[in-house]
Amino acid sequence: MRKKQQGGTAPVKKELVSPTTFNVYVSKLSDVLVKALDAPLGYAINWGRIWSLWPVHLETACCSVEFGAASGPRYDVERFGIIEAFGSLRQCDLIVVQGTVTRKMAPRLRMVYDQMPEPKYVIAMGACAITGGLYIDSYNVLPGVDSIVPVDVYVPGCPPRPETLIQGTMLLQEKIKRSKIK
Amino acid sequence: MSDNKEEPKKPAAAPTKPSTAKTTAPAAKPTTPAAAKPPAPAAKPAAAAPPPKKEPEPPAFEKGLVDEIKKKFGDSIKTVFIRPRRIKIQVEPHDITEVATFLRDSMGLDHAESVTGTDYPKDGQIEVTYHLGSYSREDLGAHVLSLTTRTNRDDPKLPTLINVYKSVEYHERETFEMLGVYFEGHPRNERFLLPEDWADIPPLRKDFRIKGR
Amino acid sequence: MTSLDEKFEESKRLGLQIVKESEEDRLMTLSVGPQHPGSGHFRFTIKVDGDYIVYCDPDPGYVHRGEEKMSEYRNFIQNIPHLERPVIHDSTNITYSYSLAVEELVGIEVPRRGQYIRAIASELNRQVYTLYWLAIYGIFLGHSTMFMWPTGDRELFIDLLEALTGARVTHAFNIPGGVRNDMPDGFKDRCLRQVKYFEKRLKEYEDIFYNMPLFRQRTEGVGVLTKEDAIKLGVAGSVLRASGVPYDIRKAEPYDIYNEIDFKVQYMKTGDSFARSYVPFLDMKESCNIIRQLLDKMPQSGEVRAKLQPNPKGPPGEAYRRVESGRGALGYHIISDGTPKPYRVKISVGSFRNMLALPFLLVGQKLADMPSVYWSLNYWPVEADR
Repeated sequence: MRKKQQGGTAPVKKELVSPTTFNVYVSKLSDVLVKALDAPLGYAINWGRIWSLWPVHLETACCSVEFGAASGPRYDVERFGIIEAFGSLRQCDLIVVQGTVTRKMAPRLRMVYDQMPEPKYVIAMGACAITGGLYIDSYNVLPGVDSIVPVDVYVPGCPPRPETLIQGTMLLQEKIKRSKIK
Repeated sequence: MSDNKEEPKKPAAAPTKPSTAKTTAPAAKPTTPAAAKPPAPAAKPAAAAPPPKKEPEPPAFEKGLVDEIKKKFGDSIKTVFIRPRRIKIQVEPHDITEVATFLRDSMGLDHAESVTGTDYPKDGQIEVTYHLGSYSREDLGAHVLSLTTRTNRDDPKLPTLINVYKSVEYHERETFEMLGVYFEGHPRNERFLLPEDWADIPPLRKDFRIKGR
Repeated sequence: MTSLDEKFEESKRLGLQIVKESEEDRLMTLSVGPQHPGSGHFRFTIKVDGDYIVYCDPDPGYVHRGEEKMSEYRNFIQNIPHLERPVIHDSTNITYSYSLAVEELVGIEVPRRGQYIRAIASELNRQVYTLYWLAIYGIFLGHSTMFMWPTGDRELFIDLLEALTGARVTHAFNIPGGVRNDMPDGFKDRCLRQVKYFEKRLKEYEDIFYNMPLFRQRTEGVGVLTKEDAIKLGVAGSVLRASGVPYDIRKAEPYDIYNEIDFKVQYMKTGDSFARSYVPFLDMKESCNIIRQLLDKMPQSGEVRAKLQPNPKGPPGEAYRRVESGRGALGYHIISDGTPKPYRVKISVGSFRNMLALPFLLVGQKLADMPSVYWSLNYWPVEADR
């Protein structure tokens, strides 16, 4: 990497700001920033992330019923900062994969994931999202969502009770708390 | 199974099976991959007893309905069964539009509830059943008339009923997708429920096997 | 940065011209779903001309899991859990007609107490389903209170069902031959108390939601489905009854003990979005009556389940049985070839039939009316895809 830079910088000066190398410099800069900020500000930034987890409004299958129940008054996941975002997915940082992912849904799920800004987290909710569950031998169902998107927390159950989902989000918050800021 | 006459033939082919097969039936479960064939002869002898139970008294009202249809179309209508509130008649593919029009106009069967396609590889045929019901005639509210027809399995083509029953539009599209039956005259014989890149045979054909089974 | 002149030159070089807007250009194609606040697990393409929808094409299948194919590889009992998944919040009703069909095939009679418990569970589940539907309808129209209230009251019915069946939403309670277990002690009192409370709440729902001028404006006269069209399209359930056809399977073809219950088929004649959203509400009211009657008339003791051989199988044959679910007639067409596994299972669901009305109703409506028309069709995508 360093060699390339030296080679790159020597011949033409313009290339310093050319669009092709622009991303490299930005990421370098962000690396520096992360190193500088992680120690003093990491805790505060993570704290901010923990309490404003916004899930995308993407329902993949029947677990969405229990997700709806979890947002209801009895379980009230809003306590944990999870409000179902009925707006754009550009402001979301969490996908709760609510159940079975079929072959037709999989490209859409990935497309949604790719459009979300970093940092982003994925909760696989329900047995179907984890391994394919009851529909493991179906011709149209993926055996688990982790071949499509990287999963942070698995919430088992068919469907998981809202309490389980809440525990899953708490585990995710724990994970975020311990992770370095990106 | 729609042809009741054919079934008594098969038990004769396997007369010794019943006693042994019945005991092995629960044990056959672990060996599921092969299970599709062995239990079939086992059940056939049991079938010999119930059909007489159905035959003796076809209910009067339903019988009347079938007679009405038969009066119009004669022998081209084959009655498969007449049970309380359920009638199944079989017609040839070229007759189906005419029969359906008659059922709609003269008998008040105004909508199709669903369309079932069934694959019978042994007969080399695909059966398509239209479940017709009535909202406008009160005395027919409980009844479902199954209008069924069979087509060749290798080149399945049937005339569409979309001009008679608007409600079969998506059902026929689904049948095309799941069994590959081409409905002539249907505006959209195309992909519906399956993913766009589906490149296998229609999934509800019997020779389509699902994972691990 | 290039100047405007340069840009102009560039477009000239590329052969671009300023063209008059044609008919095709004016139409804009919108893809609604599957990631859309107003769609659920469903996508439909619409073309809009200004504010008006001129074309609509549903594209279901995002939750198509091949239930019908899977059923051919499992025996009649093993099929129950996965067959209830399409509508987990109405799971008793979807297994109800399956059980009826299998009973007809195998030839079992359900004990009377079993039939009553089935009906009670089915009515309770209808409330659970309709409340969830109502909650989503509320959030579709931006009425957050109507999301919170029904979801909260739904939990109380879920509690009842949990006491009865042991599971929150996926009960697997109806099995061929009856129900899995008897009612727990004190269930009747609990049930009656809940029904009494719920009837009080229904009045409040009416005040805050159905009588609200905003809601009325958004739904009245929107997406009118006439009686003739409803019959022609073969829609089911509340959509049909809102168009003035008093057709309810519980009345038209009473299954189990529904012919002993005295109730009215609820219907309206206007056929607009308001009627379609109000009929399920009336159904909930009537359902409370039915539950009360069922609890009264129920035999105090007895078997709840007929004895069933471990691997039930019947003679070759077929059965088509229907029940009235939350979304209308729900039928199972089961063909058996005499083995313990069904030869073919076809699930005929109300959602799939109601989907046909969607393009029919949306064309000519304004884009802003889309959610109120779409969700008033009582459409549950997972069930339609199966």
